[in-house]
Amino acid sequence: MSDLVSQNLNMIFKTPKGETVHALKDLNFTLKRGELLTVLGPSGCGKTTLLNITAGFIRPTSGTITLNDKEIDGPGVERGMVFQQGALFEWLTVAENVNFGLRMKKKDPIETQKKVDEWLEIVGLKGFGNTPTYQLSGGMQQRVALARCLINDPDLILMDEPLGALDALTREKMQSLVLKIWKETGKTIILITHSVEEALLLGERLYVMAPRPGRIHKEYNLPFASMGLKQDLREIKKDKDFSAKREEILEMIWNMEEEIMGKEN
Amino acid sequence: MLTQIVTFLIFFAVIGCILYGRRLIKTEKVDAVFGNPERALGGTHWVIVGSSFLLLIWLYYSWDIAKGFYPKSANELCQVGKVNDSLLGLKYQFPIEEREFKSTSQIKKENKNLEKLSNEIKNSKEFNNEQKTILVSFIDKTNQLIPLLTNEDLLENETREKIDDITGKINLLTENFQKPDYPFETEQELNERLKAVNEEGGWGITKIDAGSGSIENTLEVPLVPATDRGLKFHAAAQELNLISEEFFKLRNHNPEFKNKIKEIKDEIKAYRNDLTESEEIASTYAKNIVKIARRIEFASIYPPNALDKMQNAIIKFDNAQLDAQGGLRLIDTFLFPAGTIIASGPSCSEQGSGRWLPKPSDTFNKFVLMSKPSVGYKDIPLLWIKMVDISTWIGFILPDWIADILPGEYPVHTKDGTVKQNLKGAVLKVVTGDFKLFKVPVPYGHIWDSFLRVFLGLVFGIIIGVPLGLFMGLNRFAKGFFDPLIELYRPVPPLAWAPLIISVLGIDNTGKVFLLFMVSLSIMIISARAGASGTQLSKIHAAHSLGASKKQILRYVIFPNSLPEILTGIRVAVGMCWGTLVAAEFLAGTTGIGFVENVAKKYFQYEVIWITIFIMGMLGLLFDVTLRKIIDKTIPWRGKG
Ligand SMILES: Nc1ncnc2c1ncn2[C@@H]1O[C@H](COP(=O)(O)OP(=O)(O)O)[C@@H](O)[C@H]1O
Ligand SMILES: [Mg+2]
Repeated sequence: MSDLVSQNLNMIFKTPKGETVHALKDLNFTLKRGELLTVLGPSGCGKTTLLNITAGFIRPTSGTITLNDKEIDGPGVERGMVFQQGALFEWLTVAENVNFGLRMKKKDPIETQKKVDEWLEIVGLKGFGNTPTYQLSGGMQQRVALARCLINDPDLILMDEPLGALDALTREKMQSLVLKIWKETGKTIILITHSVEEALLLGERLYVMAPRPGRIHKEYNLPFASMGLKQDLREIKKDKDFSAKREEILEMIWNMEEEIMGKEN
Repeated sequence: MLTQIVTFLIFFAVIGCILYGRRLIKTEKVDAVFGNPERALGGTHWVIVGSSFLLLIWLYYSWDIAKGFYPKSANELCQVGKVNDSLLGLKYQFPIEEREFKSTSQIKKENKNLEKLSNEIKNSKEFNNEQKTILVSFIDKTNQLIPLLTNEDLLENETREKIDDITGKINLLTENFQKPDYPFETEQELNERLKAVNEEGGWGITKIDAGSGSIENTLEVPLVPATDRGLKFHAAAQELNLISEEFFKLRNHNPEFKNKIKEIKDEIKAYRNDLTESEEIASTYAKNIVKIARRIEFASIYPPNALDKMQNAIIKFDNAQLDAQGGLRLIDTFLFPAGTIIASGPSCSEQGSGRWLPKPSDTFNKFVLMSKPSVGYKDIPLLWIKMVDISTWIGFILPDWIADILPGEYPVHTKDGTVKQNLKGAVLKVVTGDFKLFKVPVPYGHIWDSFLRVFLGLVFGIIIGVPLGLFMGLNRFAKGFFDPLIELYRPVPPLAWAPLIISVLGIDNTGKVFLLFMVSLSIMIISARAGASGTQLSKIHAAHSLGASKKQILRYVIFPNSLPEILTGIRVAVGMCWGTLVAAEFLAGTTGIGFVENVAKKYFQYEVIWITIFIMGMLGLLFDVTLRKIIDKTIPWRGKG
């Protein structure tokens, strides 16, 4: 059964100045349940736009996108979102942030508390439930964001450069966490990144997007995510195949950037 | 007593803290370079120095130090002022403090006046030659008056004797004045004086007017001499008054002068009578000449050396009284800065900063007095509690028509003049509050009224402003629709609205609360709007994805996210409301701190004015500190999101 299906998706923005930006052009893809897709591409190629459409925050100009055969026409709990900066509610504690979705649905408080504890343990924040969010470090904030999204048990998890603002070490730990969660929950995940390594490490599938107009430039099926479930991520990075793919994609993106520069001049 | 202790305490605090500060600078290794804000940390001792300095300056310039250390000095200086005043007229006759004799300067002045008139007449085109000759002859005659007065040979013996008599009196006074027991007061006189002193009270004492219960103005300086030294001056002043009266009654008019001046007056009178109405100018000139003649007649003009002995006597007395002042002069110079009491002469008021700058001790006493609920101000306490029956509120809340719609009729009185109660009547009693339940304490008074007005204005502003502001931050219609309304009234200074609003809604609470509501409303709307439109889109998106409804997003995301702006807005609004309220209470009303200050201004009750200033400052500070505490407590995440 195919889960997330995009057909001829087009997104054209009109800027206040009257210019039009063709952010996405004729996007066709299918994402099966339980797949982990990473999306890579130069800045401005429409990655966030794609995610926003999938989340239901904006409507495409034309084309359709369906999840479980249901057309997406607005935000919903079945599609959880993790933002680059966490977008946590800083006036709430960690636990209150995590249980926000359940509280809004007025779920049983005792049940909710149990789930919160579970998820805090999974993301490695056991005992931080009563900590005010604004006191957390960047990595911890992203863990809270992950838990907040996952506690709603969404079918699809959308992550927009979730690890982009983290330092290298924290980032590596978080990458393992994402893989662990993917394995344990079997969720469908779309993860956007601007790091080639991350895209290769985490993506079962990988789309490299090209800008102007935004489109899928190349598609990969990768073994590294499955390897990462059993193996140390640093070991994978030393893999010959991995290095070759990395160089190939870096080159590709370089060329795209050159092209953009050329166009502008 | 208290003032003395306080003054000493302050003095030692200042010195001690300065020494401590200096030692700290020497012993402490300051490794913070210049410009490092750490250098400004700490320094409580400098706070003590700063505030002590302020208090010291206040104590000094309000003459409270003088009052604290020399409470009798003002009364004594007042007596000195009396002497100075009595002596003034006599002294002015001689070149003691002036440059020349009064006679000399008067002669110079009148000569000049006569010459001026003469020139005017000669050059005038209004007069024919004949008239000119007549008028000039008048002037010449008047001119001849002066030598008749200044000629020593013409001075009459009688006058001479009188002058000697006056001189003798002054000398006797000087002699007596220097005796320790002057003015030889009898026991009875002493007792009477002491009683009067007691009745009058001390310098700056506050008295309660028993009738109205309001606070009388502070008595500045008591008039009745309280000390022996003061009494001396007081008595001398009275004697001097008599002496100088005698002198100024004395006229140096010898027969020649009398004849001459009579002749002038008669001639001019006759001349003026003969003039027709068209010759008014000539008449005026003639009149002016008579005026000068009269001035010469009543001036104390004497031959050059006739008053020499008297002059000496006056100088001698003056020196004697200066001697007798002794230490008082030092006190006057050093402890009565920017003014003096002596300058006021016999009226004994404070002339200088002591007048408008109330003494801390008086201010404190008056404050204590005003704080008493039985005194208060204008029959209303500053802040107190009264017992109010709950029924009053029930009657206020329940509308009266509840009784009207009940079936039946209100009771009617019967033949024997009694009224039988029925259900409808009983309900009416309840809804109008005409029954007794139990009493609860309710605060009231000037401070409470002011506070309540600010509070109500603010609460209404928040209740309406915050939702409206949030709405305007999120909705294009609301923003467009309400923006013109708010931008139309907001830029107008609130006080500019005050006269209009107060005249429409009344001088009581309604008008003022509405004015403050207007002030707080615009501030609350603007801050809530800024808070709402400043919400990060990603937070809204996150909330949507987590399944929150629109209402929930407003309640759980947008509102808390705007809270820092809203609370800051409240803080600004409180300040604005407070300022506006006090000014509005100036304009109209019968209660409130601003009202108190306005009334005190009318009666020059400087202490009350300063007390109200102080209360307002303290309350403003209290509001701000409280709000700052609340803000820190409720939004600890501020600036860290
Ligand atoms: N609301 C918008 N209005 C106009 N242009 C937009 C809007 N959102 C995105 N764009 C434009 O669409 C293009 C794709 O943006 P985005 O999806 O944010 O790129 P990426 O996330 O890959 O960096 C960019 O050129 C951007 O300027
Ligand atoms: Mg992006």
